[in-house]
Amino acid sequence: MSMMAVSVLVIIRSRNLFGVIVLSGIYSFLMATVLVAMDAVDVAMTEAAVGAGISTVLLLGALYLCKSEEAHPPKKPFLPLLVSMSVGGMLVYGTLGLPEFSDPQAPIHVHVVPRYLNEMKQEVDVPNVVTAVLASYRGFDTLGETTVVFTAGAGVVALLRRRRKGRKP
Amino acid sequence: MKNDLILRVIAKLLIPFILLFALYVQFHGDFGPGGGFQAGVILAAAVIFYALIYGLADARKVVPEPLVESMMAIGVLIYAGVGVAGLLLGGNYLDYFVLDPNPVRGQHRGIFWVEVGVATTVSGVMLKIFYMFADRGKVDEE
Repeated sequence: MSMMAVSVLVIIRSRNLFGVIVLSGIYSFLMATVLVAMDAVDVAMTEAAVGAGISTVLLLGALYLCKSEEAHPPKKPFLPLLVSMSVGGMLVYGTLGLPEFSDPQAPIHVHVVPRYLNEMKQEVDVPNVVTAVLASYRGFDTLGETTVVFTAGAGVVALLRRRRKGRKP
Repeated sequence: MKNDLILRVIAKLLIPFILLFALYVQFHGDFGPGGGFQAGVILAAAVIFYALIYGLADARKVVPEPLVESMMAIGVLIYAGVGVAGLLLGGNYLDYFVLDPNPVRGQHRGIFWVEVGVATTVSGVMLKIFYMFADRGKVDEE
């Protein structure tokens, strides 16, 4: 956790974008470790593969297209700083009201989770509960998610391809 | 990087294992951590790795762009098709119980195809975005 804080601070201070990209990859790996420690192995795997792997490569690809030094902002960004600080403060205040981590009496653990855990054996019979919830109980959500990924890809295709065609003639 | 012998040999050694691991994550997602999304990303990462070491043109030969583009759509269609198959067999949309005479087997079958759909779309989109970005650099260079 403290290593994550250090890497975030260095990312904020640094003006060399290459270093920033590498550091954000390191941050993703640290985040994946934290998720493993919290027993969320599926999420940790995604974080390590997407956050540290693919997005680092994509950011490096983007960096290839522009300068590797961050430009100095024309004026001090006090208003955005104020907005982000207040939003962050509100979020931290919100987390104070959350039940403690791994509290068995927390609302999410007493609503539908007992049903998933107890009846999944007869209904779905898949050892990994995450997969059962993701693909079966919450099938509609995952369908929406897949459609979102598809739409994002289609958007990128639409944006970048037109640009290239316009440049050719 | 195209002429670096060490990188080429190591990549050649590693890529089969990355692909195998992607398949393992895909089909073992029912038992251990993993599933369609992670498998799709790892699959895309293997091809991106190949493209980084051997160059984009070679990667395009292995995984041609029309294939990648159709993968994006086919994945969603597989997923939605599982739902429609449930409808045709007399259940609700995305109801896996009717996919097999044995309801539990039906669930297994439904989850399997849904995960295949997710993996196909995710790897297609990741690869397409990577191709697009890498291509932009080349166009600017010329």
